[in-house]
Amino acid sequence: MGLPERETVTSAPVPLLQATDVATVFRTPRGAMRAVDGVSLSLARGETLGIVGESGSGKSVLGRTLMGLITDGPETSVTGSVLLGGNDVHALTPAGRRTLWGTEVAMVFQDPMTSLNPVKKIGRHLSESVRLHLGLSRAESRDRAVDLLCQVGIPEPARRAGQYPHELSGGMRQRVVIAMALACGPRLLIADEPTTALDVTVQKQILDLLQSLGEELRMATILISHDLGTIAGRTDRVAVMYAGRLVEHARTAEVFDNPRHPYSRALIASIPHLDLSPHTLLPAIEGRPPNLLNPPAGCRFAPRCVVATDLCTTQSPALTGRAGDDTGGAVACHHPLGAAKEATV
Amino acid sequence: MTLAPHAPATPEPARPALTVRDLVVEFPVGRGQKVHAVSGVDLDLPAGRTLGILGESGCGKSTVGRALIQLPPPDAGTVRLGAEELTALGPEELRRARARIQIIMQDPVSALNPRRKVKDLVWEGPSIWGRAAADKDAEVDAILRSVGLDPATVRDRRPHELSGGQCQRVCIARALMLDPEVLICDEPVSSLDVSVQAQILNLLETTTRERGLSMVFIAHDVSVVKNVSDQVMVMYLGKVCEVLPSDGMHLAAVHPYTRLLLASLPEAQRGRSDALAHASASAEPAAVAAELPSPLDPPSGCRFRTRCPLATDRCAEEAPGLLEIAPGHRIACHHIESTRSLP
Ligand SMILES: Nc1ncnc2c1ncn2[C@@H]1O[C@H](COP(=O)(O)OP(=O)(O)OP(=O)(O)O)[C@@H](O)[C@H]1O
Ligand SMILES: Nc1ncnc2c1ncn2[C@@H]1O[C@H](COP(=O)(O)OP(=O)(O)O)[C@@H](O)[C@H]1O
Ligand code: SF4
Ligand code: SF4
Ligand SMILES: [Mg+2]
Ligand SMILES: [Mg+2]
Repeated sequence: MGLPERETVTSAPVPLLQATDVATVFRTPRGAMRAVDGVSLSLARGETLGIVGESGSGKSVLGRTLMGLITDGPETSVTGSVLLGGNDVHALTPAGRRTLWGTEVAMVFQDPMTSLNPVKKIGRHLSESVRLHLGLSRAESRDRAVDLLCQVGIPEPARRAGQYPHELSGGMRQRVVIAMALACGPRLLIADEPTTALDVTVQKQILDLLQSLGEELRMATILISHDLGTIAGRTDRVAVMYAGRLVEHARTAEVFDNPRHPYSRALIASIPHLDLSPHTLLPAIEGRPPNLLNPPAGCRFAPRCVVATDLCTTQSPALTGRAGDDTGGAVACHHPLGAAKEATV
Repeated sequence: MTLAPHAPATPEPARPALTVRDLVVEFPVGRGQKVHAVSGVDLDLPAGRTLGILGESGCGKSTVGRALIQLPPPDAGTVRLGAEELTALGPEELRRARARIQIIMQDPVSALNPRRKVKDLVWEGPSIWGRAAADKDAEVDAILRSVGLDPATVRDRRPHELSGGQCQRVCIARALMLDPEVLICDEPVSSLDVSVQAQILNLLETTTRERGLSMVFIAHDVSVVKNVSDQVMVMYLGKVCEVLPSDGMHLAAVHPYTRLLLASLPEAQRGRSDALAHASASAEPAAVAAELPSPLDPPSGCRFRTRCPLATDRCAEEAPGLLEIAPGHRIACHHIESTRSLP
């Protein structure tokens, strides 16, 4: 993790996204809210990263900060750096940032209606952005809109293009929003809880769509979710967030099969799955996440951690390499779980 | 750690806690149109057991839950609580009966009056029943403790000063205060974080067991429903598709819609059973991409036919009835013999 940006050794490819020590702090009337606190991550071209964590852990704020939707200002402090395709997102002018949106990076949110204008037809949502960014003619852009709808699996795309958002189901609307995000061929797509508002059968369709589009277009994807299930098996790597910090970061199968952070392990264990017989008591995590206005000293998980020691409550653990992981995974824990401990879970 | 089923399995059928026949709920929405929210649902809940109701948004789960407590009373059908027919009761008798059947709503925060303190919220039921205020503090503290809340910390707080999980515990305490026979939980954990969800599921599990409570547990999450229930009822667009024992349900389910629900589950919840690992790998039938039809004008015959890969002409003409295919396992489908070929 954390190779310095440009002057890297020639063998290592320059990552598409390189975030270093990103911190986003909201200045609220009740004090400084450290929503994202020193997160570093990188993403190669075409790679998929899952960001998981419970609500309030800072996933959305991180996503918006990476995208440059949240910037340094009177109400918010953003520190650290976000390099996207060589551009420092937070050093650009607002106009400079806007040129990145759509072409370098695009975002899909939980509620499709926040991205759709209720009085604008579906086709226009798409054709306007391609005309603006790709300089297509009116007729060309109309064709492109229909192509895009077809690409995201909308039946009868030409007819749908003439409809308004409210005439579509929730799943269809999310497909339209994904089509809008794809319109200008971004190299990175950030999807923030793209299926949380949808039914399970539709959820799977949308996740499958995102996955196949990512592969087809060689587009890097960040999939943000509170639901570990949506991320398992669908991403190359996973970053686990807790109370604004990245606590573990590794290849997806590593995190699920071999969690090294006590929080990652507890989170995975607490989801019911079909192999459990009925009436099984779940290994719950007692307590609840800390208040980010006044987080505990040391490790933020310490008040809920079953293996916490005095060291944990005084000193904040840094992200370091995971034992037995030669693929660049990292964990922030003074007492990471070892392979030997697995058997006693 | 596995708990035994609430009541030991006995040769004779357990005493029924709740018996529902042919429940119908419709909502007029003007211009002569109506939402067919619940269209002929039967439901059997033996005492001390949990029945899970599973289905996607809008299939009528909450409407069934509310019709059980007569809020509003169903348009047709019967609801028997123990020996008492609720649909036949007058207002005063109904008020009395409602103490025996309590509901926990989908959104814990909005279910609580924001201006009232926790202790008053929990005591609301008993105060309506004119219970002596002298007992209040001791009883409120005891019930708060039993749902895992520290009375000293939360007693004088208002809902906005509590987390979602704490609000849900208060809702559970409120429902338990009247010592009901049946507890209806409408998506009690779907708005909670996974770590808190496990805490609340465990609380419901131990509470129903200790008190011998019968529970109707409504949710859209298959693995959650499976974990809390003895029997699971799957609904689609106001009708029951399949009823089956929760133990092994992911392997035993045969209805095309139940199979679709299971195949849509993310890998992490599916566990390691081979049957389903196979299901995820196989290609999805094209018919399945369609979405839920409108409940204003549900499809004729089998309501699932517009999304069913096995649908035939007969499915459009005739609504399938529920047929018992194994003990405790009933399914509504014309083509049971073909469903085995589904993913
Ligand atoms: N008061 C009402 N007036 C009109 N239609 C209603 C009313 N209440 C519910 N409906 C409709 O009845 C159907 C069933 O609704 P219900 O709330 O029972 O679904 P549900 O299965 O609980 O869904 P969810 O998972 O979203 O909670 C839906 O189509 C809904 O829009
Ligand atoms: N504009 C804002 N002002 C103040 N606090 C905020 C703002 N946006 C988010 N937060 C807070 O930052 C924390 C992280 O939020 P968020 O990233 O939305 O969490 P997640 O997406 O993981 O659920 C939360 O405590 C949230 O209340
Ligand atoms: S640093 Fe300590 S408290 Fe934090 S997760 Fe590791 S063991 Fe637990
Ligand atoms: S009755 Fe027909 S449409 Fe309905 S589930 Fe069975 S095969 Fe499918
Ligand atoms: Mg969020
Ligand atoms: Mg509901």
